[in-house]
Amino acid sequence: MIELRHVKKSFGEKTIIKDVSAVMQGGKCNLIIGSSGSGKTVLMKCLIGLFTPDSGDILYDDRQFITMSDDERKEVRKEIGMLFQGSALFDSLNVERNVMFPLDMFTNDSYKAKRRKVDEVLARVNLEKANKKFPAEISGGMKKRVALARAIVLQPKYLFCDEPNSGLDPQTSMVIDKLIHDITDENKITTVINTHDMNSVMEIGDNIIYMHQGEKEWEGNNKEIIFSKNDKLNTFIFASEFLRDAKDMRMLEVTGKIDNDRNMDELINNPDASPFIDGNKQ
Amino acid sequence: MFMKFFNGVGRYFLLLKGMFKRPENWKVYWKEFMHQCSDIGIGSLGIVVIISFFIGAVSAVQTAYQLVSPLIPKSSISQIVRDTVILEFAPTLVCIVLAGVVGSKIASELGNMRVSEQIDALEIMGINTKAYLVMPKIVAAFLVIPMLVIIASALGILGGQIAAVASGIVSSEDFHKGLLSNFVPYNVFFALVKAYTFSFIISSIPAYFGYYVQGGSLEIGRSSTRSVVVSCILILIADYVLSALLL
Repeated sequence: MIELRHVKKSFGEKTIIKDVSAVMQGGKCNLIIGSSGSGKTVLMKCLIGLFTPDSGDILYDDRQFITMSDDERKEVRKEIGMLFQGSALFDSLNVERNVMFPLDMFTNDSYKAKRRKVDEVLARVNLEKANKKFPAEISGGMKKRVALARAIVLQPKYLFCDEPNSGLDPQTSMVIDKLIHDITDENKITTVINTHDMNSVMEIGDNIIYMHQGEKEWEGNNKEIIFSKNDKLNTFIFASEFLRDAKDMRMLEVTGKIDNDRNMDELINNPDASPFIDGNKQ
Repeated sequence: MFMKFFNGVGRYFLLLKGMFKRPENWKVYWKEFMHQCSDIGIGSLGIVVIISFFIGAVSAVQTAYQLVSPLIPKSSISQIVRDTVILEFAPTLVCIVLAGVVGSKIASELGNMRVSEQIDALEIMGINTKAYLVMPKIVAAFLVIPMLVIIASALGILGGQIAAVASGIVSSEDFHKGLLSNFVPYNVFFALVKAYTFSFIISSIPAYFGYYVQGGSLEIGRSSTRSVVVSCILILIADYVLSALLL
């Protein structure tokens, strides 16, 4: 579990994070969502220690992260795995060496043992027969999977994913989401995902924190988010006509009514109004 | 402007200070050090060989061109070639070229790692990136650049001899005679002091510019160019200071 208490962060005159408190639950996928510039990346960088908050506390299983010494922080970081937006694979190393790197650095295992671990994690992310390829030779989805394999090879307690689906097609995004969710579940990792992909929110959002202009605007899970009455959240999530239709249809299905002023009868009776409803009618 | 300068100097020294931490794994650091030795040493050997050979050749021909007096013995040409190559051409000129070759490579490599979040990835793994990425480069440069300077000195003198003998300026015997007369071993020591000083500049300045790059690929190019310019200026300043102090 990771706890944030009254975290604030400014750059010069501009306050990016304004007094955010939240709990990232252990063994669950904790999503930080929000529009561009809402402060979610800065919040994640504060969490992993790339930025130091101006005030507030960050606790990793009750261990004070901000005030701890460099050596203590190093120890905590060995328990952290991170999947970067651009994968951040080492260009000069092949896939196998990239995944093996944390093992080389932090274990005294034999090459054979390390190789076995690498093969295991690569198999876990469904990436076999790519060991000798270099990052420049593999696709974006494969890079993400290699980066995920590298992040989990030391069996971390905390997994951070910065925009894991950016630049990926919807199908590959779902594969990555499912992998992250399954790995979190299997190993009881505290996973924190920074995203604005609505599929991810609905599929794997065990705990969702919505950031708006540097403040935590809403917190809940993927079951509750669809019924949220928070206007800012609804504007952010259901930005398109398609998603608004999807939400209303879901509400109609679950509660038998919708709680906005849209005329659903007209929507349902007009097949051209929405491709989503048209699809449902068939 | 001044604040930016002092801020930069401060960050440079903090970068150097940050390197002196216990390595997470000596074996991995050793591997990286050997890799850098190969990259800096073997990677620059070709250009060093070509430059030093032709510098020696040119200095022999031009010295002969200026020594027209029949009172000056022909063997003094090789003395002048020897001393200029050892004192100035091999350490300074070769290091200025290395500032371009090695310096731009270090700056762009680290800059690319910074921009593509590879340095962040290492930090999050709990690795001291200053020690892992910068220290092996500086230590490798410290080891191999003086070696390159020694090779350059030998090749420069060889180039001078081949050019002088081939163009009939001086006989092979006279050239050897001149090489052996009035040889001051201190000059070799001075050349090595310069080589060590310049190797530190060549590796640490580009490492600073690359490590702290911000932005995208355009900034990587800019910081790489800036690192070469700053390194060259510092090499020339250090050259003057060392000459004034040690000669």
